[in-house]
Amino acid sequence: MSNVIQAIEAPVDYGEFPDPLGHFGPYGGRFVPELLMAPLEELAAAYDRFRTDAEFQAELYADLQYYVGRPTPLYFARHWTERVGGAQLYLKREDLDHTGAHKINNTMGQALLAVRMGKRRIVAETGAGQHGVATAAVCARLGLECIVYMGAEDVRRQSVNVYRMRLMGARVVPVDSGTRTLKDALNEAFRDWAANVDDTFYIIGTVAGPHPYPEMVRDFQAVIGRETREQCLEQHGRLPDALVACVGGGSNAIGMFHPFLGDTGVAIYGAEAGGEGVATERHAAPLSAGRPGVLHGNRTYLMENADGQIMPTHSVSAGLDYPGVGPEHAWLKDTGRVQYVAVDDDDALAAFHNLAQLEGIIPALETAHAIAYAEKLAADMSSDQIIVINCSGRGDKDINTVAEVEGMDL
Amino acid sequence: MSRIGHRFDQRRAEQRKTLVTYLTGGDPHPQATVPLMHRLVDAGADVIEVGMPFSDPMADGPVIQSACDRALEGGTGLRGVLEMVRDFRRTDNDTPVVLMGYLNPIEQIGYQAFARDAAAAGVDGVLTVDLPPEEGSELVEALLSHSLDPIWLVAPTTRMERVNAICGQASGFVYYVSLKGVTGAGTLDVDDVGSHVDTIRQATRTPVGVGFGVRSGHDAARLGQVADAVVVGTAIVSRIADNVGDDGAIGDAVEAITRELRSGLDTPVVEVTD
Repeated sequence: MSNVIQAIEAPVDYGEFPDPLGHFGPYGGRFVPELLMAPLEELAAAYDRFRTDAEFQAELYADLQYYVGRPTPLYFARHWTERVGGAQLYLKREDLDHTGAHKINNTMGQALLAVRMGKRRIVAETGAGQHGVATAAVCARLGLECIVYMGAEDVRRQSVNVYRMRLMGARVVPVDSGTRTLKDALNEAFRDWAANVDDTFYIIGTVAGPHPYPEMVRDFQAVIGRETREQCLEQHGRLPDALVACVGGGSNAIGMFHPFLGDTGVAIYGAEAGGEGVATERHAAPLSAGRPGVLHGNRTYLMENADGQIMPTHSVSAGLDYPGVGPEHAWLKDTGRVQYVAVDDDDALAAFHNLAQLEGIIPALETAHAIAYAEKLAADMSSDQIIVINCSGRGDKDINTVAEVEGMDL
Repeated sequence: MSRIGHRFDQRRAEQRKTLVTYLTGGDPHPQATVPLMHRLVDAGADVIEVGMPFSDPMADGPVIQSACDRALEGGTGLRGVLEMVRDFRRTDNDTPVVLMGYLNPIEQIGYQAFARDAAAAGVDGVLTVDLPPEEGSELVEALLSHSLDPIWLVAPTTRMERVNAICGQASGFVYYVSLKGVTGAGTLDVDDVGSHVDTIRQATRTPVGVGFGVRSGHDAARLGQVADAVVVGTAIVSRIADNVGDDGAIGDAVEAITRELRSGLDTPVVEVTD
């Protein structure tokens, strides 16, 4: 009996997950058509080989330093902190990464892996366009063919990013099926991969999809949390009291969170897209208001109806407009290690303006969800406490959307 | 023995090949499916696959995606499909019926409840496209406990060890995906398919069906030379898509292509060599 209690109380070693088949507790795994099983096994084997390969790591590190611009600053937002009143607010400036968001930490890693595997044709999906832009950039730099699938609705609302991708030589393919958003772009990218497995590498942009993607993308993004840890220790001699990041698929969040999961003194919060409110059907918050199911190769929380059909989602932010979430987040929700909250469109838009006006930093609308929740959280904390917010991307891409929502003609 | 095994044995005894035809349940509307299933049988189909509509059919090409959309718009989900099979069984107790689709709708009903209800409706086998054997043991157990055949896919990319593992679990028939891509794509390389089918035959005595990319009676005839069964989906569903709004025309077009496939399969192919 005492053994049982000990086992239950033993701290979870988060570094041990996923298991060899990609499971985070009941989540994750590999739910794909048989055609894709062999390429996924090939990818997992290649990743296992190169993750510990000194030469690969050195090349990736150099690219992150000289091409991406790492390390990014951990910045004290003094003016914003004063206005909010409460805990000190620090921004991890992933908006300063080359191409304007954290996405390139992952695309750099996967593209180098693709080259090592001899695959010179790259496919990717994109929602807001940030992952597509980050993929197009690394493909241009490495001389790889790049095809980006993007929902037709997203092509319309993120036209600037579409043009950026084309400028860098990528072919952007609008996807007209389903809800014409990110989930449909994923379906189409999987279809392309299935038809071209021999020469094609699929760079998934988030910590979802079949194993090994959730683990591999997390590992490439964990540089965010590792740097934050070092910088916080250097600046303050201690770890932060809380972390906040926005969660769509969840790659910037898991990258920030993962190196801190074992630090029980660090409270961790993920902000999902509440859209017009989780009480309505117009949101994109599966962890807050969905239930477990299987989509896009993994078991996770989904927005679905009673018949198991995937529901259309809504968020003012295209990058959070996705009915699923990475399986590790699903598991972290169930274990209680991370608290997931929903932030609605209006609060995110208000936070977008606050940060622009108080700090001269225009955050991505995705990021604005984390900014909004941090304001709430900070107000209930004391001035000697520290919150780090992952400022995952810059908001230039969103100014047309914000202007449109606010009835302004640019 | 299940209806599927029995049907394959019958055709083999007649030295004929088995014709497996697919349509999406509820396409283009809920009342259309059961009459179309009977029409398929009358035109020579041996096994009917009924697609369980799903919002995100990632292994399917545009033709079957659109069929799923039409079915979902008409309100057909997995429970609706089970009702259709039950209805079909009122007048046809011999033709095997296989459900084909994606895992999530089954998960929402629950594996045991799904297997029980499917068996009660008269389903004989279940093929879940996005469920590899590694993740499938729980569903397989539920299916077998209700005497349903779990049908597995083997792909051109499947390595020999996996072929053995998959065939070790196979019942009903093994479905060989004849090309890299989604349903309805590409062109067939019969020699390549034949060598893969031979590999599968070394691993199992379960019959082998081949599908993806079969468009005509001629295609069926060529594949019939190397496989026990030919599976045709997109070619049939595209006849439905071309005639939406006219159920009579849909029935005629579906019957015509099915007869062409049947006749292709039943006619020995004379290969012309240059």
